[in-house]
Amino acid sequence: MATLEIRDLHVSVDTENGPKEILRGVDLTIAGGQTHAIMGPNGSGKSTLAYSIAGHPKYNVTSGTVTLDGEDVLDMKVDERARAGLFLAMQYPVEVPGVTVSNFLRTAKTAIDGEAPKLRTWVKDVNKALADLDMDPDFGQRNVNEGFSGGEKKRHEIVQLELLDPKIAILDETDSGLDIDALKIVSTGVNRFAEKGDKGVLLITHYTRILRYITPDFVHVFVDGRVAEEGGPELAEELEANGYERFLKAGAK
Amino acid sequence: MSSSDTLVATGNKAHSHGPGSPVPLQARSERPTSYDVADFAVPNGREEEWRFTPVKQLKALFDDAAGSETPKIDTSGPEGVVFETVAADSLKVGKPQDRSAAIAWNHAGEALAVRIPVEAELTEAVHVNVASLGARGFSHLIVDAGRHSKAIVIIDHTGAGELGSNVEIVVGDGAELRVVSIQQGDNESIHLGQHDALVGRDAKLHHVVVTLGGKIVRIATNVRYAGPGGDAELLGVYFAESGQHHENRLFVDHEAVQCKSNVIYKGALAGDHARSVWIGDVLIRAAAEGTSTFELNRNLVLTDGARADSVPNLEIETGEIEGAGHASATGRFDDEQLFYLQARGIPEDAARRLVVSGFFNDIIGKIGVPEVTEHLHEVIEEKLARTAELSASAKAVTGQ
Ligand SMILES: Nc1ncnc2c1ncn2[C@@H]1O[C@H](COP(=O)(O)OP(=O)(O)OP(=O)(O)O)[C@@H](O)[C@H]1O
Ligand SMILES: [Mg+2]
Repeated sequence: MATLEIRDLHVSVDTENGPKEILRGVDLTIAGGQTHAIMGPNGSGKSTLAYSIAGHPKYNVTSGTVTLDGEDVLDMKVDERARAGLFLAMQYPVEVPGVTVSNFLRTAKTAIDGEAPKLRTWVKDVNKALADLDMDPDFGQRNVNEGFSGGEKKRHEIVQLELLDPKIAILDETDSGLDIDALKIVSTGVNRFAEKGDKGVLLITHYTRILRYITPDFVHVFVDGRVAEEGGPELAEELEANGYERFLKAGAK
Repeated sequence: MSSSDTLVATGNKAHSHGPGSPVPLQARSERPTSYDVADFAVPNGREEEWRFTPVKQLKALFDDAAGSETPKIDTSGPEGVVFETVAADSLKVGKPQDRSAAIAWNHAGEALAVRIPVEAELTEAVHVNVASLGARGFSHLIVDAGRHSKAIVIIDHTGAGELGSNVEIVVGDGAELRVVSIQQGDNESIHLGQHDALVGRDAKLHHVVVTLGGKIVRIATNVRYAGPGGDAELLGVYFAESGQHHENRLFVDHEAVQCKSNVIYKGALAGDHARSVWIGDVLIRAAAEGTSTFELNRNLVLTDGARADSVPNLEIETGEIEGAGHASATGRFDDEQLFYLQARGIPEDAARRLVVSGFFNDIIGKIGVPEVTEHLHEVIEEKLARTAELSASAKAVTGQ
């Protein structure tokens, strides 16, 4: 069973005034078959957690461990993490001028699988994945994320999720910037992925809206760089009703 | 590693000028041109047209003396093309604009003319290979495309040594000519070249300057129009590595009405003291109503220690134009793009190659000569492999 284990993770970023600690001891275990939601106010460190797991060079892990099925993730390069089975759908997907979506997807798939996908089935798979996310097949010939609308960028992330088929998916605010139809389409995609079995999903979000379509097994409230409270789906409902106030007060020192 | 030793200069930020918003500039057309070497003093590097160039290393090409070798010129082409040797001053479409061009003009001896007969549509590319043999030499080519002809001419400059060259191009009325000039001399080679093109009525010129090798390569391209309806697409690709200086200077002189020019130059730089210079001058004279022009220069700085200068100049003397604009940007390699690709499992080297080939993709697509684009892809791959080695060893030294 796929398991991502995060233990006492401390992460800082370099600022003009020296290092600034953003994550202050995160503990989290995501096992295959589980969907976790992380909710928290702006600036609480949710993206920092996502990027640190993916290995973005901006973030320095100062202590703690991250393992995937017992393997030390922090020791791996960014691309090695992806090949080990981690996937990050980014809050702000990056534009890559001059590189077509189809070239990008094929190159990524080849890297992840260690061999080029069979041409005939691959074209079908790509077209199906695009169609499933309500994206025109023409997107294949466009440059990666260039000129995509906010919603198209997010749907493109889920296209990649489905085609690359990782063990653990971290979705950083994939719901933000989506209208209600797009939200349903994206949620259906995530559910389709999760239902393949033995897949872990870590859904980072601001709003409970997406949780109407994707039911989390666990909800973590993230405040000031750590998990302040954990519970089941009912915790999300409480946040919906009362906001983060209770946690912010508790978190204030 | 600090990036303070990387200098990235851009003359102007992207913006465009509509009709009626002329930019004050030194009138480009007032610069002297002459067939007489004596009209040009030996440059000291402070002159406007030499201030970016390492003139100290160019002594040999500023010396008004006969060459010490004759570059080896090989030609081939499909049926229909005519090669002949003609007097240097038989065409005079070009006129030297600096000392090195005047010296090349006077010491190249006769010119090699490549003639595309009237209405001939050549099925294959014409090749002219100019090989420097290791010493100081000069060449003079004339490409003369007859009216309503269609042809591709590839001029390939290779070898070691110091080369001064002039290329004169005439595109007859209604003709479509593609000229690709490749500069890929050895590491120590030096090449100063001037191209002058005269675009006929309703004619189309695609002019491509590809610089892939050489210690100092400086190509000046000048375009004029012989009548209305002319169209010039001026493309350039360069990739300067450690210690290399790649310079391109363009001057498009719009005097005829209803003509177009579209300039796109893209370059990458990698390694210590890799240097590129791009000067794009466009003059729209008072008579040139209905002109449409755009020029673009983009530079991708791959490592510390490289420097790109980019100076677009647009001078507009009439309000009656279709459109005119320019954009210039120099940026460092975007690590966020690298991260995004790596986060999808693509190893760093391959991701880097993908980003760089993406950068060049649109311009390479416009070149329209498969043998050239294939060659470009190959050479860019080789250069990126060297760049990767370079940064790997730099990391090892600094212990990163
Ligand atoms: N280079 C930096 N210098 C200073 N502070 C930084 C830097 N980078 C990130 N931070 C801070 O780290 C904190 C966490 O940022 P992060 O993006 O992880 O928050 P988030 O929970 O994802 O917020 P949001 O809900 O807005 O997406 C923020 O307060 C942010 O300002
Ligand atoms: Mg965030």
